[in-house]
Amino acid sequence: MALRHISSLALMAILTLYLAGTAGSALAAIEVRTFDDPVMEQRFDDLSATLRCPKCENQAIGDSNSPIAADMRERVYQQLQEGRSDKEIIDFMVQRFGDYVLYNPRLEGRTLLLWGLPGALVLVGALVVAVLIRSRRNARAGELSDEERRRLDALIEMDDMAGERHSHKEGK
Amino acid sequence: MKRRLMLLLPLLVFLVLGVLLFRGLSINPSERDSALIARDFPAFELSTLSEPQRIVDQGLFKGKVTLVNVWGSWCPTCRQEMPQLLALAKQGVRLVGVDYKEEGATEEERRRKGENFLRQFGNPFEVNVFDPEGTLGFDLGVYGAPESFLVDADGVIRYHHTGYITAEDVRRVILPEVEKWR
Repeated sequence: MALRHISSLALMAILTLYLAGTAGSALAAIEVRTFDDPVMEQRFDDLSATLRCPKCENQAIGDSNSPIAADMRERVYQQLQEGRSDKEIIDFMVQRFGDYVLYNPRLEGRTLLLWGLPGALVLVGALVVAVLIRSRRNARAGELSDEERRRLDALIEMDDMAGERHSHKEGK
Repeated sequence: MKRRLMLLLPLLVFLVLGVLLFRGLSINPSERDSALIARDFPAFELSTLSEPQRIVDQGLFKGKVTLVNVWGSWCPTCRQEMPQLLALAKQGVRLVGVDYKEEGATEEERRRKGENFLRQFGNPFEVNVFDPEGTLGFDLGVYGAPESFLVDADGVIRYHHTGYITAEDVRRVILPEVEKWR
C-alpha cells in the first residue's frame, strides 16, 4: 500500500516537471515585453488571459502562438501604453471579433440563461431535496390500516411457505 | 399516479440535456457571425497593390454591391478559391481584394509576391487594397485568410464568409446574398 502511494507520488512529480517544462517552452515562443509600471504589466497579463483567441477556439491570446493572437497582444500592449482603460480595450476587441473573444461573457439579455442556469439548477435541486424530505417524513408518520396489516401478514406467510418448500428441495 | 410521473422526471431532464448537448456537437464554432454584420465597413486609408501612389478608402464601396475578399499569397486555400472568385466576376459581381499581411523584408518584395500570385492564379478583382501590416484585416476582425465580406451599395457589411468559398457556396449563398442586397 505504502509502495503504491510512493510510486503515484513519483508519477505526479514527473508529470508536474513535464508540464512545467512544456509551459516554459510555450512561453519562450511568445515575445518579451517590457513595462515601466508593474501595475500595467499585471493588467497586460490579465487581459491576455481573459481575451480568447478567435482562431484557436480554446486558448487565451496570452497562450496562443497563432498570428492573430500575436496581433491582438500587440494591440493590447499599444493601447495600454496609450492609457486606455481595460474596458475600452475589451470593447475594442469585441467590436472587431465579437463576444467570442470574451472568456467572461457579459451579463445581458442574451446571456441571461448562461449566467442564470447554475443558480436556477441549485434552486431546483434544493426544491427536490425539500420535497423528498417532506414526503419521507409523511410516510413515516402514516401507520398501516388494519386492512393493510392483514394483507401484509398474508403476504409474509405465503413467502415463508414458499421458502420452506424451496429449502426442502435443496435438502434432498 | 402523481408519484409515477415524478419518477419520470430524471428521464425527462436527461432527454432535454441530451438533445441540447447533441445539438452542440453539430455546431461549428468557426461559423459564428462576424461582429461587423450591419455595420459600416471600417475606415481605412491604404494604397492599392498595383499602384503604390494611389490611396483608397472606404468610399470605394459606395454605389455598388461588392464582395471584399481578404487573401494573401502565403495562403494556400486562397489559391483554391480563385476559380470560384473568377466565376463570380464573370457573372458581374464586383470584387475588391485585400492583400493581407504579405511577408517580406521590403515593401517592394511584399508587393511583388502579391502580384505574382494574381498573375499565376488570376485576378478577379477590380482593385486590390494593399494591407501589409494587417491593419484593415484587424479592423475587419479577420483571423485567417481567406475571408469574404459582402458590402452593400451604402458601404454596410451584410454578409461574412469564413474560409474558402466553394462552388456550392457560390450557388447556395453568395449569389443569393448578392441579389438580396442589390
